[in-house]
Amino acid sequence: MAETIPAGSTTDGAIQVGQPADARVSAAPSYDVADFPVPHGREEEWRFTPLERLRGLHDGTAEATGGLRVEVTAPEGVTVETVDRTDPRLGKAGKPVDRVAAQAYSSFEKASVVSIAKDAVLTEPVRISVHGEGGVAYGHQVVEVGAFAEAVVVIDHTGDATLAANVEYVIGDGAKLTVVSVQDWDRPAVHVAQHTALVGRDASFKSVIVTFGGDLVRLHPRVIYGGPGGEAELYGLYFTDNGQHQEHRLFIDHDTPHCRSNVAYKGALQGKDAHAVWIGDVLIRAVAVGTDTYELNRNLVLTDGARVDSVPNLEIETGEIVGAGHASATGRFDDEQLFYLMARGIPHDEARRLVVRGFFAELLQHIGLPDIEERLLAKIEQELEASVA
Amino acid sequence: MATLEIHDLHVSVEAENGPREILRGVDLTVKQGETHAIMGPNGSGKSTLAYSLAGHPKYTVTGGTVSLDGEDVLAMSVDERARAGVFLAMQYPVEVPGVSVSNFLRTSATAVRGEAPKLRTWVKEVKEAMEGLQMDPSFAERNVNEGFSGGEKKRHEILQLELLKPKIAILDETDSGLDVDALRVVSEGVNRVRESGQVGTLLITHYTRILRYIKPDYVHVFAKGRIVESGGAELADKLENEGYEAYVKGGASE
Ligand SMILES: Nc1ncnc2c1ncn2[C@@H]1O[C@H](COP(=O)(O)OP(=O)(O)OP(=O)(O)O)[C@@H](O)[C@H]1O
Ligand SMILES: [Mg+2]
Repeated sequence: MAETIPAGSTTDGAIQVGQPADARVSAAPSYDVADFPVPHGREEEWRFTPLERLRGLHDGTAEATGGLRVEVTAPEGVTVETVDRTDPRLGKAGKPVDRVAAQAYSSFEKASVVSIAKDAVLTEPVRISVHGEGGVAYGHQVVEVGAFAEAVVVIDHTGDATLAANVEYVIGDGAKLTVVSVQDWDRPAVHVAQHTALVGRDASFKSVIVTFGGDLVRLHPRVIYGGPGGEAELYGLYFTDNGQHQEHRLFIDHDTPHCRSNVAYKGALQGKDAHAVWIGDVLIRAVAVGTDTYELNRNLVLTDGARVDSVPNLEIETGEIVGAGHASATGRFDDEQLFYLMARGIPHDEARRLVVRGFFAELLQHIGLPDIEERLLAKIEQELEASVA
Repeated sequence: MATLEIHDLHVSVEAENGPREILRGVDLTVKQGETHAIMGPNGSGKSTLAYSLAGHPKYTVTGGTVSLDGEDVLAMSVDERARAGVFLAMQYPVEVPGVSVSNFLRTSATAVRGEAPKLRTWVKEVKEAMEGLQMDPSFAERNVNEGFSGGEKKRHEILQLELLKPKIAILDETDSGLDVDALRVVSEGVNRVRESGQVGTLLITHYTRILRYIKPDYVHVFAKGRIVESGGAELADKLENEGYEAYVKGGASE
């Protein structure tokens, strides 16, 4: 595929030595919203986000009105609880790192805790359905996975909401957790969330973020390692339509020796003022010898007028690592591919579908959950149909 | 009997300083069962002719007509032309990441034949065609043209030719970049299709060596955007010995 950079996009890459990623943000992590100044938009962590579309989540004016239905369906071996703010299991994975996350932490009333017992190997996924009915909500979700347990959690976001939330994954030693978070919001929704994973010794964490809907979605998946041997795979797929702002900001903090991380995010954009932002911050601290990390972001721009900002950023404080790399590319939809397929009799729309499906194919294979793959393919198909119409 | 008729075809491309005329009045008739070789110097417009017949959007037809059995080819979209029976084996086949050869072939055959081929017979058909072209079965699972060597790409083009069985096959330098063995294998593939008597072949080439395997009924010399001389197979030998000098002198193409 031709890796031409369309007008209005930026693709920067950086490998730095020394400066920690969090030094570039405007305030230290904190549970208290008062510790963060109201962003004005020029801060490093806010510069791509249209603040005026956050509906007051960032400046304290968005008062909770409720209207968010959360339903958890869990197989045996899983405990589901609704707990108070004082529950000791909250806030263990890490502190909020920006104003909206801190606002969510300061404002939620009840939290949901899903616990998977030690050694439990779930045969069915835990399903968390988050359905908005148009109100403003602040949420807090904890998923705890006991040592050597294995679980898949699927979180589905639908309906309309103005939602700020923190999600914590606390993964015990040797445990395996796969989380699929689907943002299938109605068009007006605003969703800002920090997902923090604390990956235990020899534990595996796989995150699949899928963003289709919403007016503004800004997700901040973070990974911290609790012990050596941890492994994190972060996959993402987004389909940004006209007027939508979809932002995925990743941070992987290699603060522990001999851990691995692999990131692959792919997005398709179509329509006027579709805006996708991808930030991949990976920090390899001096202690993190033996680290192996790679991050990739690819964007496929289907029509004129869309904008992509893709910024991988790798900071390395030790030379004793296994590997570290990043790649970022933004390409226009390749008319030569379309011509080739059509020259074999394949009609225009079908050819276009083949190319876009092809673009996402490899990523879908990584997910490893056939029913989710099917659903995503159907969704991609639907998005494409909307664009062809 | 299927007939492709090209009459006074003029084609331009968009160059930096405005449109530039590449084809300047091409006349050619190709009938089912016939094989026409087109030979000519670099840049004379051979690929432009091939792409224009297939309908590549880069080329603008500014004059002339192309018809297949009386149907106006120029009025058809790219995919309609293919379904009407025009096939272009490209000089530089395109990579399509994430789309497997087997999915591509089946989608394409379904479109061209108007119905999905029966799975059992289809699998056999593809397997045999691949064997004939000495392509490893693993190619079916690879992505279209991705990481294929030059020769593998050409075999893959001829594989499609064999499966799609067009009325008119345009082969743009299918022989370029092939070693002797590959040239023979690929030529045999083309000949299997020709032997059906159902295809009219337009063979674009620089070299007479492929004409030892694929015997043309006619040879045309292409220079400066048009056919400047036509003859039988013996014309190729003349070109081999004398080159194109006689045809290109008398001014640059612009
Ligand atoms: N976009 C363009 N702008 C200007 N000139 C172009 C453009 N595209 C093609 N041409 C010119 O058109 C002419 C014909 O090209 P074409 O590829 O048809 O030649 P060819 O006969 O197939 O050559 P070869 O034997 O090298 O394959 C060339 O001079 C080429 O430079
Ligand atoms: Mg050519």
